[in-house]
Order: sequence, then C-alpha cells, then structure tokens
Amino acid sequence: MPRMIAYNLLQVAVVLLASPLAVGVLNRLKERVQSKQGSSIFQVYRDIWKLFHKDQIISDQSTWIFRFTPYLIFAAPILVTLLIPVLTSYPLFFAFMGDMLGAGFVLALGGFFAALAAVDTGNPYGAMGASRTRMVGFLAEPVFMVVFFTVCFVANSTIPYIVQQTWVHPKSNFFDPSHVLIVIAFFMLVLAETGKIPVDNPSGHFELAMIDESKSLEYSGAGAALVKWGGCMKFFVLLCVLLNVLIAPWGLASGTGIGDVAWAIPLVLLKILAAILAITVVESSLAKLRLFRITAFLGLALVVAVAAMLARMMRI
Amino acid sequence: MVTHPIMSWLNAWNQLMAGFFLLCSFGLIAAAQVTGCMRFYVLQSLFLACSAALLGMLDNSTDLFMVAGIYIIAKVILIPVLLKRTAREAMIARRELVQVIGVPSSLLIALGLTLVAYYIALPLTAGANSGTRIGLPIGLAAVFIAAYTITVRREALPQMLSLLAIENGAFFAGDAIAPHFPLIGELAAVFDVLMIVLVLGVLSTQVHRSLGNTTVGSLAQLGED
Repeated sequence: MPRMIAYNLLQVAVVLLASPLAVGVLNRLKERVQSKQGSSIFQVYRDIWKLFHKDQIISDQSTWIFRFTPYLIFAAPILVTLLIPVLTSYPLFFAFMGDMLGAGFVLALGGFFAALAAVDTGNPYGAMGASRTRMVGFLAEPVFMVVFFTVCFVANSTIPYIVQQTWVHPKSNFFDPSHVLIVIAFFMLVLAETGKIPVDNPSGHFELAMIDESKSLEYSGAGAALVKWGGCMKFFVLLCVLLNVLIAPWGLASGTGIGDVAWAIPLVLLKILAAILAITVVESSLAKLRLFRITAFLGLALVVAVAAMLARMMRI
Repeated sequence: MVTHPIMSWLNAWNQLMAGFFLLCSFGLIAAAQVTGCMRFYVLQSLFLACSAALLGMLDNSTDLFMVAGIYIIAKVILIPVLLKRTAREAMIARRELVQVIGVPSSLLIALGLTLVAYYIALPLTAGANSGTRIGLPIGLAAVFIAAYTITVRREALPQMLSLLAIENGAFFAGDAIAPHFPLIGELAAVFDVLMIVLVLGVLSTQVHRSLGNTTVGSLAQLGED
C-alpha cells in the first residue's frame, strides 16, 4: 500500500516537472516549422523561475477570488493527476477516489475560477477573454458529455484505469470505430480547451483577439508563475488522458517493481512527444478560425463523438 | 461457421472504414470552400474502396476487389481530374461558400438524419451478417446527408459533389447487401457517373462564364440582355 501511494506521488512529480518541458518543446517545434530559431525548450522553466522572483502587484479593487485563483489553477491538475493513469496500467492508491467525470469537474472548477478572477479586476480584456472562454467551454460541453457516455457505454465504467484496458482486450477492439472516433473527438477537444490554433492562437499578443491568454493578463510575480505552470500541467494532464486512457495503455508500467515504473517515465514522455508532433502539424497547417466559426469546429467534434456512439449502437 | 481470428480484425477495420465514410459526409457539409468539398469527396471514395476491398476479403469474392479497383480509378483519380479540367474556374475560386442553413445547425440536422437512417435500417438488417448491419444504415445515412447537402448548398459544384456522394452512399450500401452483384453492373454505373461529371462540369463552366458565379438561386430570374 505505501508503495502505491509513493507511485501516485511520483506521478504528480512527473507531471509537475515535465509539463513545462512539453510546452517548451511544442513552442520550439512550432518556431522551427516557421523557419525561426525559436527559444530553448527549457524557456518555460526559466519564465516560471523568473516570475517567482518578481514582485506581485495586486489591484486594490480586486477581491479574495483574484488572490485565491492561482492556487486553484495550480492545484486542480495535480488533483486530476492522482485520478488518472500517468505511469502505471494498474490502479494506484487514489484511483477510485473519482472517475473521469470527477476529473472533468475538477478541471472545470479551475476554469470557472479563472474566468471569475479575470472579471474580478475590472480589466475589460479579462472579461472579454473570460466570456469567450466560456463560449468555447459551453460549446465543448456537449462533446465532453457524449464522449463520456460513449466511454461508459463501451467500457461499462468511467474509472480511467478500467477504460484503458477495454481498448486492448481483445486487441481488435483498438480498431473499433467508436474507439477511433472518440480519440478524434477528444483530440479536437484538447485543441479547443488548451487554446491551440484552430480555436485560439497561443502565441498571439493582441489582446482583442485573445481567448485563453487574456484571463491571466492581470497576474504578476508568483501568481503569474502559478497560472502559467497550472496551464502547462492542464495541457500535460489532458494529453495523458488522451494517450493513456483513450488511446491505449501502451508503454505504461504493468509490473509493481520500482524499475518498471521508472522505465515507464521515458516511454510516457515519448508518447507525449508524439502527441506534441501531431499538435504541431495541426497548428502549423491550419489558420485560426474566426470567432463565429468555432461553433462549426466544435460542432464537427460533436458529430464525431455522436458518430462514435452510433457506431457502438450499430454493433450490438 | 468457423470464425478465424483475422475475421474479427477485418470486421473491426470494415466498421472503422464505415465510420470514416460517414464522417466524410459530414465533412462535405462543413467544408467552407470548393476544394475542401472535393477533398472530402475523394476521401469518402477512398474509404468506399477500402470498405469494398475489406468486404471482398471477408466474403472471399474477387469481384469486390475489382470493384474496389474500379472505385479507386474512377472516383479517386478520374473524377477529380475531370472536374479540375472542365470546371477549373469554379473549382479554384478560394471564397467561402454560402449555405441556406448555417454549418452548426446543418451538422445537427445531419446527425438527426443519421439517426433516422439507423432506425429505418434496424428492422431490415435483423439477423443479417455484420457487414450488412453496418453497411446498410451507414450507406442510407450517407445518401440522406448528401441529399440534404444538395438542398442547402447554393452553388453548382458543391451540389454536384453531393450528388456524387449520394451515389457513393448507394454503392456503400449496395456492396454490403449484395456482395455478388455482377461486375458489369458496377462498371456501367461508374462509367455513367464519369459521363455525368463531364457533362455537369462543362455545363457549370458555361454558367460560370456567363454569370460570374454558379449560385443556383440567382438562376431563377431571366436576364435582360
């Protein structure tokens, strides 16, 4: 039992330490595709380090929500990490504390407070960004629901550790249309939720066009560092859900030895790198959609998710 | 009947092709430009050919392999080339297409049509083999969605591509229901389609030349000159 707790904490450590690297690699790859030199892949660590050593300025017009939100944004992905398989293919100590829906709610709580905090300071760009994020979130919600329904339908469970085994037992399940379509729908969701290009431009610095970034414009110092780090972890955690839970538990440790689990770390990072390559291709080959075309993008994601459910219904 | 383990893999792949085939129908609705429509049509034809080949492996029928070959040659290669040759101007116009009903609502309506197709096909396919159980509802859904696309699109080329997509849907269902359909029938149908593409392509080019666009709605009025 203590070993399970230790592995669970190891998962948290991996997510904490590797998530800025994932974002750094993605940024670097995108710049390289655009024939630029690009910043170092460790730039995100340096940014976070720098921000932690700067003074924090908080508007005296703001309330406790503004001060409390960075901690919540930072803590929500950590809580989710306890629930999902990051390194192992067998359930760990906290695995049955909550299911995929629970994890979704925890992440949504972080998003909710981020939107509140953006409105809190009275900065017009913050409120604008918050309302846009809510719009994207509201359009993404039905897709999330249908994906969860389908997962429930196929795996008879929403505990991530049970779901991941369904896709590979028997092996032909991997090519089940509902599986492949769920993965496509969830990939589109990850793009929308983490503010990637067809929905939002993460490297844009024009406040009027921002969706995701403008919520944290008012933060400085340690608060900004926590928000930034939390954003990296959310990205990493969503990729883990996509790769380990919804695609397949390949590369995860199946033995309980410390060596097995340690060997799983580079394999999982390799999987994350593959996902980042896919995101780079998407981000470099598409243009950002106009705000009112986002409905079409997420509508397509909904259609894919419902098609997954239909494919499941037809098989029975 | 002894089921070989490879059969379950083939079945899964066949279902996957069916899923992608259906997605391409949705893509035809959502595509914003003519070239996008074209790409989705070609992709759909490719999945149709893959599905025919997989059904051929499942049923041990060489006919279906040849049918798959015919699809690839005619739909994936010849039709796009012919369209690009005959309707060049309308094809490369990089502007957004207008629709009577917006993309998100259209997608929802198409989802409803898919459900309708599923419930229509449900009693018909009871007791059939898995190929038919997948093929008939998906083929029907593709026919419905493409018919709907014809009604909402305002321009000639996307409408034409949807017409071809209807035909794709019919073939998809047909391959699943009647895998031993005589090859000559398929051949005749495909060459018919090629002729249709040629005629429609030339026609839409003429319309495009005299009017500047191919918006079908504006053809209802008579010109003065």
